[in-house]
This record gives sequence, C-alpha cells and structure tokens, in this order.
Amino acid sequence: MEARGATREELGPLGRLPAWLLWVVPLVLIAAALGALAVFDGPGLGDRRGPPVEELSVEKTKLTPGTIEVTVRNDGPDAVTIAQAQVNDAFVQFSGGEQPIGRLDTATVRLQEPWIEGQAYEIALLTSTGGTITHAIDVAVESPSNDLSFFGLMALLGVYVGVIPIALGMLWLPAVRRIPPPWLRFVMALTIGLLGFLAIDATLEGFDLAGEGSQAFGGASLVLVGGVVSFLLLSGVSEWLEQRRRKLSGAAGSAGTLALLIAVGIGLHNLGEGVAIGSAYSAGALALGVFLVIGFAIHNTTEGLAIVTPIAGQRPSLGRLAVLGLVAGVPAVFGAWIGAAAFNSSLAAFLFGFGAGAIVQVIVQLAPSIRDEHGRTLHHGAVAGLLTGMMIMFATGLLVTV
Amino acid sequence: MPSLSRRKLLATSLPVLGGAAALIKGGGAPAAAETSPNGVPGHDMSAHGGANGLAGHAAFRDGRQVDHTANGFDPHEIQRDFDWGKTRRTASGRVVREWELVAAEQEIEVAPGVKFEAWTYNQRVPGPTLRAREGERLRITFINASTHPHTIHFHGIHPAEMDGVPGVGAGDIAPGKRTVYEFDALPAGLHLYHCHARPLAEHIAKGLYGTFIIDPKEGREDADELVMVINGFDTNFDRSNEVYAANSIGFAYMDPPIAVKKDELVRIYLVNVLEFDLVNSFHLHGNLFDYFPTGTGRQASELTDTVMLCQGQRGILEWRFAYPGDYMFHAHQSEFTELGWQGFFRVK
Repeated sequence: MEARGATREELGPLGRLPAWLLWVVPLVLIAAALGALAVFDGPGLGDRRGPPVEELSVEKTKLTPGTIEVTVRNDGPDAVTIAQAQVNDAFVQFSGGEQPIGRLDTATVRLQEPWIEGQAYEIALLTSTGGTITHAIDVAVESPSNDLSFFGLMALLGVYVGVIPIALGMLWLPAVRRIPPPWLRFVMALTIGLLGFLAIDATLEGFDLAGEGSQAFGGASLVLVGGVVSFLLLSGVSEWLEQRRRKLSGAAGSAGTLALLIAVGIGLHNLGEGVAIGSAYSAGALALGVFLVIGFAIHNTTEGLAIVTPIAGQRPSLGRLAVLGLVAGVPAVFGAWIGAAAFNSSLAAFLFGFGAGAIVQVIVQLAPSIRDEHGRTLHHGAVAGLLTGMMIMFATGLLVTV
Repeated sequence: MPSLSRRKLLATSLPVLGGAAALIKGGGAPAAAETSPNGVPGHDMSAHGGANGLAGHAAFRDGRQVDHTANGFDPHEIQRDFDWGKTRRTASGRVVREWELVAAEQEIEVAPGVKFEAWTYNQRVPGPTLRAREGERLRITFINASTHPHTIHFHGIHPAEMDGVPGVGAGDIAPGKRTVYEFDALPAGLHLYHCHARPLAEHIAKGLYGTFIIDPKEGREDADELVMVINGFDTNFDRSNEVYAANSIGFAYMDPPIAVKKDELVRIYLVNVLEFDLVNSFHLHGNLFDYFPTGTGRQASELTDTVMLCQGQRGILEWRFAYPGDYMFHAHQSEFTELGWQGFFRVK
C-alpha cells in the first residue's frame, strides 16, 4: 500500500485552509496555553510542598598542591547555594561558587587544604539550608596539569594501547588470506565473538560510569541512547557508501566497506577506552606501567585481526591498510585527551554506548560472512569461532584493569 | 519542561567530538589560575581575619559574617548578659524572682549563609541566662508560642510537679498554652534548663536550652563573668552536628576575640548542651584554671587546663591571666575545634 495525501473533500471544511496554517495554528495554541500556565503560575496547583530539593553531584575533582578543586552540577529542580565547605570535618577557606547554582548549571569551588598524597579525604559542601553534599577522594594524588607534555604523554599512551596493537594485529592478514573458506568462516566468527564481547563490555562500563556522575542528563539511558544513535548513524553511512560504490564499480567491493566499518566501529570503541584510560590516569587511579601497556596490546591486537579478516580475499594497498589501522587506533589518543583533560562521566557513558552501538552495527554487517555453503549461520564452525573469540577477549581482558 | 531541556541537551551533545573539544577548552582554562600568593594555603595571612592576624585557623568562608542583628542575638553580648528577672517581696520579706519565657520557632543563621529552623526561648539560642540568689522563690511563666508542645525542665532541687517533664505536673505545654514553674532557688551552683518534650534530642538540638545560675548566699568574689553554653547544630538532620560553637555561632570569638584584663579574675560559667556527641570539652591556652564542677562546692576540684563534660554537665572555671596577649580556648576534640568551637581571649 502506498501513502498518499487525502483529497480536499475528505478533509471537510478545514480543507480550504492552506496546509502550513494547519501546522502553525496548533503550535500557536500550545505556546499560548503553556505561556498562560507559566504566567498564572499553574492555577489551582499552589506552591510545591516541602523545602527546596538540593541535588548536587560532583563531576570532577582536581588536586593541586594545597588546593582541592571540585566541580559540581546541580541535578535537582531548585537552585543551590554553597555557603560553607568542610574537608575531613574542618571548615576550610574556598573560592568560587559565590552565586546560587541553577538547574543543570555547574560551579567550581577551590578549597584550600594542605592535602597529603595517598590519604583519603571527605569533602562536604554545606548549602544555605544546612544540607551537605559530600564527596570522597579515596586516594589523594596530584592531578596532571594540562600542559603540552601532558597531552604528549596521553598521545603516547593512546598510541601504545590503540595504534600499535591494532597495527600488529593486522599482520595476520597474509595468514588469514591463505586459509580455506571453512576456516575463514571460523576466523570471521571469532572476530564477531571478539566484537560481541567488546560490545557487552563497553555497555557495562558505560552503565558503571553513568551511575557515578550527574544523573541530570539521563544517567544510564545515555548509554542506550549513544548505542542507538551510533548504530543508526553507521547504518546510514554504510548504506550510503554501498550505494556510491555500486554506482562507481558495479556490485563488487563490499568487503572493503565492511573493513572500513569495522575500523570505524573499533575506533569508536577505542575512543571510549581512551576516555577511561585518560580519566583513570588523571585521577591517579591508573599506574602507567609496562604491564598495563602489554595487557592492552594483547587485548587490542585482536581488534587488528577483526579488521583484516573481511578483506582476506582482496589485495589492499599498504596505504589503505594503514588508513584502516589509524581509523581504528587513533581515536584512543583523542579519548585519552578527553578523559584526562575534561572527564565527564555523562559524556564518557554516552561515548561508551556510542562505541557499543557501532560494534553491534559491525556485527550485523559481518554476520552474513560466516554463512556456510548451505546458508546456515550458527554452524559448528561459527559457534566454535564465536566462543573462541569471546574467550580470547575475556582472557586478555583480565590483563587490563582500568 | 525537564524532558524538553534534556532532549535539547542530548541533541547538542550529538556532535561528540565538537562537544568534547568544547569541554577540553572549558575544563582546561581555570587550571593554572588558582594558587595562593605564598603557595601555602591556609597560611595565607590575608586569607581570613587578616585585620587581627588570627589567620591560619580553620574558619568560615572569608568576608562572610553571620548577621547577628537578623538573628536577634550576638554571642559577644549574650556571654555577659545575665537575666535577673523581676523581683518583689512577700509580706514575710522573702524575695520572689519572676521571669517570662516564650518558646517559638525562629530561623537563625548558624554559620554565614547557612539557615537553620531553630526553636528558641525568648528568641535566642541559648535562651536567657536566668540568675538568682540561693533561697529565693522563683516563678517562671512559660508561654508556648510555637506549634509544638514544649516544657521547661530545670536542673536543681524542686517538687516533682515542677520538673517540667511530660506526664508529671503540668506536663507538656500545648501550643498556645502557658504554665508557671515555681520553686526555691536550690542549691547554689551552676545549672541549666531545657525542654523535655519528646523526641528529646530534637527538642534540645533545635535550641531549647539555657543557663540557670544560683549564686550562693554569701556571693562569689568579684570577677569578669562570662557564660559559655557549648553547643552545635545538626543542619542536615543526620543526627550529627555540622557546626560546633560556644554560644551558638562558630568562630564568633576568633574575630573579634573576647576582651579581658590581665590579673583580673575571670569566671566562666560553662554548660555543655551538645546533642549527638558523647562528650564535649573546654581547653584553655597559656593558663590553668580552678575547676568547680556544677559550681556547688567552694573548693576547686582541680587546677587544670582541660575539662571534659557530657551533655548536661557544667562547671565554673576561674583564673587570672598572667600575661597580656591572645590566648586560644576551644574544645580539645580537634574536630569540634575546626568545625567552629574555638575562640580567643585578648588580654590587655
């Protein structure tokens, strides 16, 4: 059945009016009604019962010698005024937060506290109504300053855990190229297993992060929204790429698109991973060490394998391979910068969801490639591949804790 | 409305990298700006109380003061404010001393910018310092102008029906009602009064207490007399105090300090009414004092610089400053000290 516009006769007496007016009139009425409600202060409802609701969530803490800087966001419906501040049950001098903080606004207060490295601190912000907003710093460590060398360090970290391992993983291409079709299907399934594990892992990580910070922007739902958004965006992009390719060169070449999509999906995942690494580092919760880098390297080399498997049948140029590797790996650098310099748990949760959605989209794209000659998807080779992939990710994931 | 704005925010956060870049820009800016002039926070002499050089101590936020006028009482005034009531003589020549106490609800500022819905006797926390002489007849008219039942329970010797507890004598005094507590001023010493309606902790913690002094017949040696009711406020109702103080306002005697004279006898009527904490204490710097528990004996129990009191305990402290200068006094629980219960004597 095809959608069609109704004829004028079917529309009745309003049919003579221009269509735009029919759109505009309800809009005007809605605006007028809401405006009247606002102007007359919700007639009949009366004032809200009870005292003001004060909800501040701590989004960020930054420790410099003698100072603890706390950024709070007002999650609640009412403005909140910070009147006094305490650190470990003692009033302290502070600057910032002079004005009431409106809904969803943020304020940064700088508390004067000669904190000692390695000790725990509890901060309590006393509001004008006597309420307290508390925040625990489990281990006090100086926050890295945002200078060039720091960004350089984060870039190096991103290269170590993102770019290099993926490039190493792509070295399997010649091997993958030589294996017979049933084994290729196994490797494809293994790739899907790897990605599936990443998707689940990223989603759970996103939920964790969403639970930490401000809930005003949707909390856990941000992860799901991020996932759906990236899934739909990537679906649109891949459809567009396919269409273009078909116009240019007939039906061939979808494997190249697939490889690019996988690279993009993994890249988005690594963006989230970079955010986690960068924020953990800046919070002092992450010891940069050989062990961590090696762990990530083993974990992420499998991502390189996932990229090259679909193009096993082709002879891509080195340049093209390099581009694929960079698309997948470089976002780890950006992620580390974002995480270290401007960590925001809502944004991070969204990014993790975004990465997970991208991976799911890639899995959907990859799924047909594991079908055997009878058109079955979950044949024993595929199941074995999926399970092996997930096992590899689980095992290598144990090497890394962020 | 909330969902509309949330959707808008989500929409604006869609260009992820753009948003992230903006965040980097926004988050990076204030980084280098905030270090104190000499690099040692908390020891910056201009940080607080700069005028009298009392910097380096825990303190409320700079440049902000509790509005004593709006509160209706000033800790610097109430410490030397003794309410002798009104007296008349009976036919037999006995002194009858009378007061009127009104319980009411009143918002007070317990720390600069922090408001607390207090319950007060005569619009102040602590309530008026009632002072009488041993053996007098005392009549306290209590009017409950608040919306909750209250009582006044006096410490001292009196008949059970004058004890100001629920279920005995007049019991709870309902809102809008009144009663008269009448008894003999016995024994000489330092006592207190407080509301005894339940829930008890709440009625005390909200501010219904005060000092009750009975001077011995022969009087006490002339002295510079000060009342210190040591208390605290649980502003967030978690049954622990956010602010500690002597006479309700934390750090009030840090700036300006309490002015006293060298070699003159100083007498402190110290009363602990602190709710939620098991003990409170008083510690004096640079001097030792004679301590008279409950003020009932004439012999000092101890020459010391630190006394510990549980809730309801009180005692009289006497000493003379030997040197001029600024001397601290505070709870010797460091936590209480840094949460407001500290001050200075300035000796001249």
